[in-house]
Amino acid sequence: MTPEVVLRLTGVVKSFPGVRALDGVGLEVRAGEVHCLLGQNGAGKSTLIKVLSGVHRPDAGEIVWQGEQVSFTSPHAALKAGIATIYQELDLIDELSVAENLAIGQEPRRLGFVRRGVMRRAAQRVLSQLGHPEIPVGAEVGVLPAAAKQIVSMGRALSRRAKLMIMDEPTAVLAHGEVQNLFRVIRDLTADGIAVIYISHRLEEIREIGDRVTVLRDGRTSAVNLDAKTTPTRELVRRMTGRSIEYVFPERHAAPHTEPLLAVEGLGRQGEFSDVSLSVHKGEIVGIAGLVGSGRSELLETVYGARRPDTGRVLVDGRPLHPADVGAAVRAGLGMAPEERKRQALLMGEPVYRNITLASLRRFATVGFTRAGAERAAATRIADDLELRPRDVHRPVRTLSGGNQQKVVVGRWLLGGTRLLLLDEPTRGVDVGARAELYQMIRRLADSDVGVLLVSSEVPEVLGLSDRVLVMREGRLIHQAPAEELDEDTVLDLVMAGSLLEGSPT
Amino acid sequence: MTASTRATTAEPEAVREPDRRVVSLDSVKRTATLAAVLLALLVVGAVTRPDIFLDPAKLWSNELTVLSLASAIGVITIGMTFVMIGGGIDLSVGALLALASVWCTTVATQSFGVTGVIFAALAVGTGAGIVNGLLISYGRLVPFIATLAMMVAARGLAQKISGSQTQINRISFVNELASGKILGIPYIVVIFAVVVVLGWILLNRTTFGRRTVAIGGNAEAARLAGINVKRHTLALYALSGLCCGIAALIVVAQTTSGSNTNGDLYELNAIAAAIIGGTALTGGRGTIVGSLFGVLIFSQIANLFTVNNLPTETQRIVNGAIIVCAVLVQQLQMGRFRLPAFAWTRRGRTPAT
Repeated sequence: MTPEVVLRLTGVVKSFPGVRALDGVGLEVRAGEVHCLLGQNGAGKSTLIKVLSGVHRPDAGEIVWQGEQVSFTSPHAALKAGIATIYQELDLIDELSVAENLAIGQEPRRLGFVRRGVMRRAAQRVLSQLGHPEIPVGAEVGVLPAAAKQIVSMGRALSRRAKLMIMDEPTAVLAHGEVQNLFRVIRDLTADGIAVIYISHRLEEIREIGDRVTVLRDGRTSAVNLDAKTTPTRELVRRMTGRSIEYVFPERHAAPHTEPLLAVEGLGRQGEFSDVSLSVHKGEIVGIAGLVGSGRSELLETVYGARRPDTGRVLVDGRPLHPADVGAAVRAGLGMAPEERKRQALLMGEPVYRNITLASLRRFATVGFTRAGAERAAATRIADDLELRPRDVHRPVRTLSGGNQQKVVVGRWLLGGTRLLLLDEPTRGVDVGARAELYQMIRRLADSDVGVLLVSSEVPEVLGLSDRVLVMREGRLIHQAPAEELDEDTVLDLVMAGSLLEGSPT
Repeated sequence: MTASTRATTAEPEAVREPDRRVVSLDSVKRTATLAAVLLALLVVGAVTRPDIFLDPAKLWSNELTVLSLASAIGVITIGMTFVMIGGGIDLSVGALLALASVWCTTVATQSFGVTGVIFAALAVGTGAGIVNGLLISYGRLVPFIATLAMMVAARGLAQKISGSQTQINRISFVNELASGKILGIPYIVVIFAVVVVLGWILLNRTTFGRRTVAIGGNAEAARLAGINVKRHTLALYALSGLCCGIAALIVVAQTTSGSNTNGDLYELNAIAAAIIGGTALTGGRGTIVGSLFGVLIFSQIANLFTVNNLPTETQRIVNGAIIVCAVLVQQLQMGRFRLPAFAWTRRGRTPAT
């Protein structure tokens, strides 16, 4: 007997300015199954979840939920209809108790007073149902470990009588033993006929808990309803890769890798990454491949002095860098284009030229007084160099497209005589054309003897752009090799499972 | 770039054409609005008291009074503007003025003569400002809390030092700052003007000003660009404290005394003036000219009430209404600048969310 289909998506399209995030996605979820969504970063998984949970409204396409065509106007509407989403960053209120979080928005009331006893008993019941009666319902959620928070979050979905739970990388925050616990809870849920959409990068988890798999690639479904247990890994990986868009990567030049510019020795930060050693030479592009949560961004920020390392040190030209001091790093010739441009790099309301000169203001000032002419001339030169469009440096940065904003961030470091550039997801939110330009620009920088340390979740980008590739997984560097010796499938395998290769760490 | 990369370029930037000088247009417009408001107040004066406002000689002396009374709060507002653009707030300014005015008029301080008094006022203000800055940047206290504590403590210390007595200032040099004139303009007004000009230069022509805007606009971005955010924040509160010291000298000159009741509610008046002038409470935005207008508008309103013998209670109500109106107008202006973007999305482009 085939269980009924509770959710069916056909031809769902969702565009944002400059990018078509979903381009005709189909999905079919049955009652009581664990349906896995697989796809690389940027394939459209998050957007799809947001469409399902009512955060975004699709531009086109059909969502049929329990036999009826629906269009959720808000997360609340989706929740009411029985679709609950458990996000990576759990949306619980840390300051409230477990019981209060479970009941929030629908507290049992009499005469306007919350009936605390009823609320606590209801909470107890839900947690027992999830197999975790040991979680104290009176405790503040903030003090609970991540695994317990997740259970509370699922409990909340359950107490809303959710018929479909969407879990976005639920194991990212869990330790190994807790994962098994979570799986047991999921199995209990599905046994009661609740459907689960499960998103994870870890293939072994999908094998274990999943029933069927839908693969997304570049905003389209590249495979639907594959069997989670029996489909070969090669097949899954092939469905995820094989891009529809081929990027033009600049040619590598055999750079003389003689002088190490940057040396990282045994760098570690509790809970983020540990014992990382690497080096970047003059004129070399080193790429780090890894998933979100593998510790790669944290590593980059620690090298840059934006975070304080627990162990290890960073050397530039053989001299140790003062730890946790961005100013010292910048003076030593480091520059960084951080992961979240808008939050970490740009003054959105300020003109382009002020953003470009932000890190090297001193150069355009005499005893503290800025020389406006020199400053603008330098910024204009950079804008010309980078083919900024529009080329007007007086325009507020917020009016620029993502790609041009990124050029501004990178351009900032071209002014200051930067010798080592740290790039965190340099092409996130950047359209195809500007991407190619950014790649060219990064290569030209390397050709002028600048060292580049690059982090990206897009494997083709790391492979195409770098001279040397490091693979990072769960806070450790697990492999390194010249880019020519690796292919996309191998790297993806390493990034997700680390199965192909045991040993040969850096 | 090579031709092959160009071929793949979709150039979506070309369609993004909202007005290009949003920032500068905005500030010109705001300044014009503020000037119009000030002009309107003078018109109100001319209607209600034509004997003063239509007589050039009397108008001149009346406006010099307005400026004199605006001097102390004006100087403080300049310091406050820097703190607010830098993303902070300083609630202690009124209390610091009181403390500095008391400290510099003790018998002991006065025994050191004119340099002693001036040094004491400036050093006390700056020193307390540095304490604020240390608490906020290195002690990681929220600016609101740190300066609130300083407000309470400094007022208490002022009371303790003075024994809640008014201390007469016998240093004639200081007293003459208020009574003496240069080219018919009181010295304190000249001091106010100099602070405004220096403040403008500091904000618009120096790296210090640029860093202030950067830190207030996006502290994380400033930090990752290598700016020492903590040290700069410390400097901002020290600057505000220095302004309190200068304002204390002005008040001492005007009243020929120091008192722990000086500068009552100045923190709120300064914040209100800065906000009217377009300074954002969230930081990153604000102008010296705007704050100057904010101070002058409040000062002119006070003057209108005085010359018309109206009760000060009503004046406070009006001031409250003005603050609300000013902020509403600013939001309206912002909204108007967003309109083209809306029209643009209607024509078939996808909205951002």
